[in-house]
Amino acid sequence: MNTIVITIISLSVIGSLSGVILFLIAQKFKVFEDPRIDDVEGILPGANCGGCGFPGCRGFADACVKAESLDLMFCPVGGNDGMVKVAEALGRVAATKDPTVAVVRCAGSPDHRRRTNRYDSAMTCEIASGLYSGDTACSFGCLGLGDCTVVCTFDAIHMNPVTLLPEVDDAKCTSCGACVKACPKMIIELRKKNKKDRKIYVSCINMDKGASAKKACSVACIGCKACLKACEYDAITIENFLAYIDPVKCKLCRKCVEVCPTDSIQEINFPPRKKADVEVAVTETQANKTIMEGF
Amino acid sequence: MSPNNLLTVSHSPHVFGSESVQKIMYRVLLAMVPAFAVSLIFFGVGALIVTGVAVVSCLVFEYLIARFLLKVKPTLWDGSAAVTGVLLAFNVPSNLPVWMIVVGSLVAIGIAKMSFGGLGKNPFNPALAGRIFLLVSFPVQMTSWPKAVESRFAYLDATTGATPLGIMKEGLKNGQPMVDLLKDIPDYGQMFLGNMSGSLGEISALALLLGGLYLLIKKVITWHIPVSILSTVVLFTGLMWLINPDKFADPLFHLLAGGVILGAIFMATDMVTSPMTPVGQIIFGVGIGLITCLIRLFGAYPEGVSFAILIMNAFVPLIDKYVKPKRFGEVVKHG
Amino acid sequence: MRTFPKGGVHPPGLKIASGSAISLLSLPEIACIHLSQHLGAPAQPVVAKGDAVKVGQLIAEVSGFVSANIHSPVSGIIQKIEPAPDASGYAKPAIFIEVSGDEWLESIDRTPVLAKPNGITGDEIIAKVKEMGIVGLGGATFPSHVKISVPKGKKADILIINGVECEPYLTSDHRLMLEKGEEILTGIQLLMRALGVERAVIGIERNKPDAIRHLAGLAAGYPGITVCALKVKYPQGGEKQLIKAITGREVPSLGLPIEVGAVVHNVGTAFAVYEAVLKNKPLFERVVTVTGKNLAHTANFQVRIGTPVIQLIDAVGGLPGNAAKVINGGPMMGKALPMLGVPVTKGTSGILIMSDQESARKQSMNCIRCSRCSSACPMGLEPYLLMSLGEAKRWEDMESEHTLDCMECGSCSYTCPSHRPLLDYIRIGKSNVNRIIRARK
Repeated sequence: MNTIVITIISLSVIGSLSGVILFLIAQKFKVFEDPRIDDVEGILPGANCGGCGFPGCRGFADACVKAESLDLMFCPVGGNDGMVKVAEALGRVAATKDPTVAVVRCAGSPDHRRRTNRYDSAMTCEIASGLYSGDTACSFGCLGLGDCTVVCTFDAIHMNPVTLLPEVDDAKCTSCGACVKACPKMIIELRKKNKKDRKIYVSCINMDKGASAKKACSVACIGCKACLKACEYDAITIENFLAYIDPVKCKLCRKCVEVCPTDSIQEINFPPRKKADVEVAVTETQANKTIMEGF
Repeated sequence: MSPNNLLTVSHSPHVFGSESVQKIMYRVLLAMVPAFAVSLIFFGVGALIVTGVAVVSCLVFEYLIARFLLKVKPTLWDGSAAVTGVLLAFNVPSNLPVWMIVVGSLVAIGIAKMSFGGLGKNPFNPALAGRIFLLVSFPVQMTSWPKAVESRFAYLDATTGATPLGIMKEGLKNGQPMVDLLKDIPDYGQMFLGNMSGSLGEISALALLLGGLYLLIKKVITWHIPVSILSTVVLFTGLMWLINPDKFADPLFHLLAGGVILGAIFMATDMVTSPMTPVGQIIFGVGIGLITCLIRLFGAYPEGVSFAILIMNAFVPLIDKYVKPKRFGEVVKHG
Repeated sequence: MRTFPKGGVHPPGLKIASGSAISLLSLPEIACIHLSQHLGAPAQPVVAKGDAVKVGQLIAEVSGFVSANIHSPVSGIIQKIEPAPDASGYAKPAIFIEVSGDEWLESIDRTPVLAKPNGITGDEIIAKVKEMGIVGLGGATFPSHVKISVPKGKKADILIINGVECEPYLTSDHRLMLEKGEEILTGIQLLMRALGVERAVIGIERNKPDAIRHLAGLAAGYPGITVCALKVKYPQGGEKQLIKAITGREVPSLGLPIEVGAVVHNVGTAFAVYEAVLKNKPLFERVVTVTGKNLAHTANFQVRIGTPVIQLIDAVGGLPGNAAKVINGGPMMGKALPMLGVPVTKGTSGILIMSDQESARKQSMNCIRCSRCSSACPMGLEPYLLMSLGEAKRWEDMESEHTLDCMECGSCSYTCPSHRPLLDYIRIGKSNVNRIIRARK
């Protein structure tokens, strides 16, 4: 009986003493943190993807609280809605951005792009690109070793085992930009997100002269300027034998796709065209245009 | 040209040495053959059953965990699981029931090795982790040692006796004089050959040293760890013996009795759980030697090698962080 | 027997071609001469499409401090100047010359008579070496005139000549030492005069006893020059390792040999310097070993720069059926070629053909912390640690673990029992650390 009492008393004394000491130390070493950082962090998606350019969501929250204005702050995962909430919490105005999505600008599947050698070292794109131009004749194209898939926090980009090219899942992609940074060939671009995930883009970044580009890959952009002439909206530029479609100026009319001799311009998520029926194609384009303008 | 007539392109170097993990592990297994042979001679059937069960269950657990839990391709034939199995068997008495060995193997492979990510990732020696788990869970079975030779044809029903270390510890505690105690233990020649009670692989210093020599020649291990452990044990116990020969046994006894040679040659030298640099390895070895002596001379357990190794395993990352190889061109500056 | 103390490995020597005397390779039909075949800034072309050139005529000149002149290796007409793939597979600017005949500049002395360096001054030697586009022929292709101009405030007291050829298979330096001993020694005299040093040591590994005997015999007639036999160990041909082996001096981390008073040149470079200074012959050809276990025969060719690699292989009977890799250089540090059309450059010391069986990478396993990589590293680094930092992309940590000290000798990957691609990751770490350092400036 005595033992029990002594035990209880001594343990209670030790416990409360420790508690007091802990409390005093906690007070002494307390770090003041703006409570708004916690609020903002609560609003953020918590993926810690680094797409905002800050180390993790808390880093971004901290930066948002400290920043003079939110003009340069943007969380691609939370998007405009998220930023509006952040701005409300801080009593400021959020900068809005058009939503974007990652696009892989290479279509050189093995059918189109001849393999010229066999790569046998550590299987990452970064290491392969540090060694040489790649295992195909095109020194610009995708290496197919999937560094972009490894860095994606959102499971939104996967290697297609047939084409050996990465494919972006538009629904999952938050355009955090991790894959863009990971790709040593700089193939991936964040482009404006359109209605129904429609996309028109040049799926090639080969800057060689047309002849050698074509020799390396049958779907390479050869810089022939056919699309430049076809485009009514001045959205296409050609530099270093390579066409680029400005996603903001592009009205998704698909005329460039029709004229491209090497099929290097992709149209994605469009309704199928009626064969050889130019009239219809044009009306459809008009319809699309109206939709877009109304948008 | 091979596949599809394409040239292969890779980073240099383009040639490789003939060493492989398998070769290293199989060499370790080969080096343990003499010790195993000696335990067959002295413990007979029991040694065979215990070793067989330990190896098979380690292999099975490794396969099952890799295949179904980690979902990676099992690397059964790299030999590391077999080495763990043999070492676990070497560290238990030869009359341990099968189910306990299986539990020990599960702890060794499942908890100490695979849960950290498999070969090369484990901070603690798996066989020792398994052994210590058994020792603290089943202290009676783990410390009832079959007598050598007598229990050659017995397994669970073996007649048991104390190990020399146990006799020494118990005797000194009860205040028996050293002279009487030395009469109770086998003479040093017999101990060197392995004719004494103990874990099944630790008994014969001769066989273990043979295996160690083979590993040294084949460059599987370097001298740093074994030599630093053994010399620390000799120096420390020798010092205590010189101070008070009635209270402390002589250094030769401490070398031959118990698992210090097994530990120094086969357990502490486990590459995965020992430091990378020679200097680090010496620090590691001295630490093991000291802790072993402290436990043996002043602790409650008669034997402390496995605890010593596990404790020092925990210091390996620290040692590797602060003991770095000397770089080329680091200090020297000529005019 | 001397060697460097730290690390190193012993790959089998396999000097199959060491018995084949240097033979001339026929001229190519079209020579492709890259403008960047030395360390430093690419040379600027001084010819235009359609120009006729003679052998030895300047076709591209230095641009910047570290750069080298390039001379036409053939006579003919400039066909075009446009990018062509080099050993990395990337297209780099190159001059294409359509070969016709073999007409040399009159100024080049083509007689085999041994010339003597009478009265020529150090500055004249340096100027000549620069004019003739000499670069280090050991593989690094560092412009030689930069290396023999001792910077202000520094002083060289020993010239070390690298005749180690520690890479397995390669024999071009070995043959050169046997066949051009006097010329090499005269070249060394010229280098000594340019550097203002009294002492030169030729380091040769003792797996080449004939070369040691031959050069030691000849060196008796050349005051100040001695031959030092070295124990066989890779990478003894590394500049810092060789200095350590011969003089015991240790070049400080990230420092240059001149900081310990030493300058290292390859035997091939010494020979090229002799020809440039005393024979007026620019660097437009070199000795290239063509070798491999499965070749019908092996050879040491004297090849004009710009000759396509395929022509060298055809000259030894073509690619064997099981050939998987064609390596520009030796098996430890050479570069695997993605295509055979690439031309021989000033840095090509050998073409090595290997089968899959010899050179394929094995399945990589977990690191078992055996520490063989750290004991093999001649620079005293910890490759296992650098690789795991590289995998985690921790570039700053790689920098503080001295990844820039790595000279990419490949000893770590060679020795790893788990077949881990250690050097692959260290390389990528080096390039990222260099990028970070550049960004800091």
